Amino acid sequence: MGDTSVATQVATKWRKKRGSLIMALHEIQDVKGYVPWEDALEVAKTMNIPLARIYEVLTFYNFFKLEAPGRAVISVCTGTACYLKGNDKVLEEFKKELGINEGESTSDHSFHLQCVRCVGCCGLAPVCVVNGKTYGRVTISDVHNIIDEWRRKIEEEDKELAHG
Amino acid sequence: MVKLKIDNYDVEVTAGTSILEAARSVHIEIPTLCKHPDVDATAGCGICIVKVNGRIMRSCCTPVAEGMEVITSDAELVDVRRTVLKLILSNHPNACLTCIRSGHCELQDLANTFGIKDAPLPNLTKRWPIDDSTKALVLDSSKCILCGRCVEVCQNQQNVWALGYQNRGLATRISPANGINLADSPCIKCGQCSAHCPTGAIVEYDETQKVWDMLNDKDTYTVVQIAPAVRVAIGEEFGFDFGENLTGKTYAALRRMGFNRIFDTNFGADLTIIEEATEFVRRFTQEPETLPMFTSCCPAWVDMLEKYHHDMISHFSTCKSPQSMVGAMAKTYYADKMGLDAAKIKVVSVMPCTAKKWEIVRSEDMSSSGFQDVDVSITTRELARMIKQAGIDFRTLPEEEADNPLGEYSGAGTIFGATGGVMTAALRTAYYYITGQELGELNFSEIEGLEGVKEATVDIAGKKIKIAVAHGTGNIEKVLNTIRQAKENGEELPYHFVEVMACRGGCIAGGGQPRVMLPGQPKPRGITDDIRRKRAQGLFDEDLHAKNRLSHHNKSIQTLYEEYIGKPNGEKAHHLLHTHYTARERYKK
Ligand code: SF4
Ligand code: SF4
Ligand code: SF4
Ligand code: FES
Ligand code: FES
Repeated sequence: MGDTSVATQVATKWRKKRGSLIMALHEIQDVKGYVPWEDALEVAKTMNIPLARIYEVLTFYNFFKLEAPGRAVISVCTGTACYLKGNDKVLEEFKKELGINEGESTSDHSFHLQCVRCVGCCGLAPVCVVNGKTYGRVTISDVHNIIDEWRRKIEEEDKELAHG
Repeated sequence: MVKLKIDNYDVEVTAGTSILEAARSVHIEIPTLCKHPDVDATAGCGICIVKVNGRIMRSCCTPVAEGMEVITSDAELVDVRRTVLKLILSNHPNACLTCIRSGHCELQDLANTFGIKDAPLPNLTKRWPIDDSTKALVLDSSKCILCGRCVEVCQNQQNVWALGYQNRGLATRISPANGINLADSPCIKCGQCSAHCPTGAIVEYDETQKVWDMLNDKDTYTVVQIAPAVRVAIGEEFGFDFGENLTGKTYAALRRMGFNRIFDTNFGADLTIIEEATEFVRRFTQEPETLPMFTSCCPAWVDMLEKYHHDMISHFSTCKSPQSMVGAMAKTYYADKMGLDAAKIKVVSVMPCTAKKWEIVRSEDMSSSGFQDVDVSITTRELARMIKQAGIDFRTLPEEEADNPLGEYSGAGTIFGATGGVMTAALRTAYYYITGQELGELNFSEIEGLEGVKEATVDIAGKKIKIAVAHGTGNIEKVLNTIRQAKENGEELPYHFVEVMACRGGCIAGGGQPRVMLPGQPKPRGITDDIRRKRAQGLFDEDLHAKNRLSHHNKSIQTLYEEYIGKPNGEKAHHLLHTHYTARERYKK
C-alpha cells in the first residue's frame, strides 16, 4: 500500500470546511500527479465522506487522474473512420507489444495506452497520437517503431536528468 | 390548498404537491421512469412531461400553483414521449427475450404502451462487465437507463453508499466507487436497489437451477422452508391481490415440485423468540451494561453492523436468524429423529430477501451442523419462476399443510416478516418469562406501521422497558447516535431493546419480493407504501386469527427443547442457534 500521509494531512486540513472535497483532492493530485485509491480511502475516512461520493467527483471531472500516468501516452483513435481502416488491429498490436490493456500503464510508468474518439484527422486514418504527435496511416508494423522512438526519447530524458 | 385545472378537471390539492401526484388524484396517469414514490425525483428521464399554460415541463418535479392549467396528453406530448423512449432504447440492449425482468419491466411496458414498433438504429448500447460478485444480486449496467433510483435508495434510504454515479455524459455508469465490484464495496445485499430498479439492470442472483438439480437427485433428501413474508407476496406473481396470504397453496406447490419435507421458517421464528427473549431477560436482569440489545435476524443489518457500527457488537443479539435455525435443526435434530444421514439432506430456503443468500455462507457458524446448514436460499421471485416452470396451476391449487415437526408455528412467528413484528413477538414471550403470566393485549400499536423509527415503553412487572423499532437502514444511525451519546455521558439509556430491519416496512418489502404489474394495478409501479401496508396486514391478520399467538406455546418447540436442546441459551443452543460477529472493513483492499 502506498504512503497516504499526504492525504491524511490534506484531508485533516480541509475536514472542517464545507464543500472542500474538491480542494483536498486537487492538492493530493498536485503532489502525486494523480489520486491513488488508498489516498481516496484516506480522505473518505478523515473527512467522513462516503467513498462512492468521492469517486462521483473524481470521475466527473476529466481533470482528475486516477492512475499514475505513463510518460508517453499513446492514444489510439477508435472513431468510425479509424476503426473501419483497421485501428482495432493496431490497438491489439500495441497491447501485445506493451503487455498492457487499454486504460493501463506499463509497470515502469513509461507508457500509457488509451483509446480516444475521433481526433479530427480522419483523412489520415487510421490515426494514433503520442504526447501530441500525430501518426497517420498507421500499420501494424509501425507499432514497434513508434514504441521504440518513444522509448529512446524517455531514456535520453532520463540520462539528462541523471547528469542534470 | 391550491386550485388548478388538469385536462379541464378542477383539482384542489395541498401546496407543494407535484403535478404528477395531483393528476393521480383525478385518475390521470402520467408515465414516469426516474420518479418513484420512495425517492426524490432526479428529473433525469423527461418522460413525465406535461404542458403548463402551454409550456412543456416535467410533472414529477414541478409543484402545483394556483390557477395552473395543465394538459397531460396531446399529440405533441405523446410525440415527445415517444422520442424520449426511442433515445433510451437506442442505448439499451434488445434483450427482452432472455431478460429476467421481462413482463414486469417498466421500460418494456412503456415501449409497448407507446407503440414503439422497431428499435431505433444504430444501437449504441455500452457493454459493461456483469457484476455478480455478491452472489446475491446481479448488476448489468448495460440494461441501466440511469434513472438514479438505486443510487437514491442506496445512498439516502439505506445510507450504505455502495452505489454512485461514475463518469459523466455518455460514459456515465452506476457502480461502486471506481467501478469496483459490489462484493468489494460496502454493499449489504439488501436488494433495495433491485426492488426499485425499473428495468432488468439489478436483479436477484438466480439459483433456481441449483434447486432443480437437488430435486432431481434421487439420493438427496430435500427440505424446504418458507419465510413469513413470502406467503403474503407470492400470489402477486399469479394474479392474486397484494397481501393475500397463500401459505397453504405455497406448501402444495412445493410438495408437487418434489421436496421431501415442507417446513416453515415461522417455526424458526418461534425458536428465535425463545432464544432471543431468554437472552434479553438475561441481559436486562444481569448484564445491564450490554443493553440495549439489537435484534439480529436481518442479515443486511448484520452486514451493516459489522462494517459500519462495530462499536455496537456487544449489543447485538447472538441469535441466528430463523432461516439459519431451521437449517441447523433440520440437519441435527430432525436428521437424528428420523434416522437420516445429515450429509444427504439439502436445505432450501425461500426468502423475500437477497441478503439471505449471503447469510448462509456468512461465517463458519453457518455450518454448525457439520454441514452448511442452509444449502441454497432463493427469493420469492425465484420460487414463482420455478412454480411456473413446473407447470403448476397455482391459482387453482388446493391448500395443503406443512410437515412436522419443523412446520408448526404461532402467530408470533408469522409477524416476523413486518416491521415491529419481531419486537412484538419477543415482548409477548419476555413478558411471560419475567412475570409468569401472559400479556393481556398482545399487540403494540405504537410500533406497527411505516414511521421510520417507532418508540414505546412497555411495563413489565413494574419495570419500564423502552423499545425502539427502526426499518430502512437510513433510519438506524439516529437511533445509534442517541445511544452512543447517552453512554458517553453516563446518562440513562434511551432504549433497552431495539428491532432493526434493513428494508423499509420489513421483509415484506425485501429485495427478493415480487415486482409485478398486476392488471389494473394502481400506479405508480414497483414497491410502494400501499403495497407494504397490504402485505403487513396479511401477516398481522393471520396472527390475529391464529389459535396460538405465542412462540412459547408452540408444542413442537417445547418438544424440541425437551428432546434435544435442553435449556434456552444453554450449551447446545449456543452451538447450534447462536453466532458471533466480527468488525470488517467497508472496502476490501
Ligand atoms: S443491495 Fe442494498 S446496499 Fe447493496 S447496492 Fe443495493 S441498495 Fe445498496
Ligand atoms: S440500475 Fe436500475 S435503478 Fe439504477 S439507475 Fe440504472 S435503471 Fe435506474
Ligand atoms: S429486512 Fe428482511 S428482507 Fe430486508 S434485508 Fe433484512 S431480512 Fe432481508
Ligand atoms: S476517426 Fe480517427 S481521426 Fe477521425
Ligand atoms: S423526469 Fe419525471 S419521471 Fe423522469
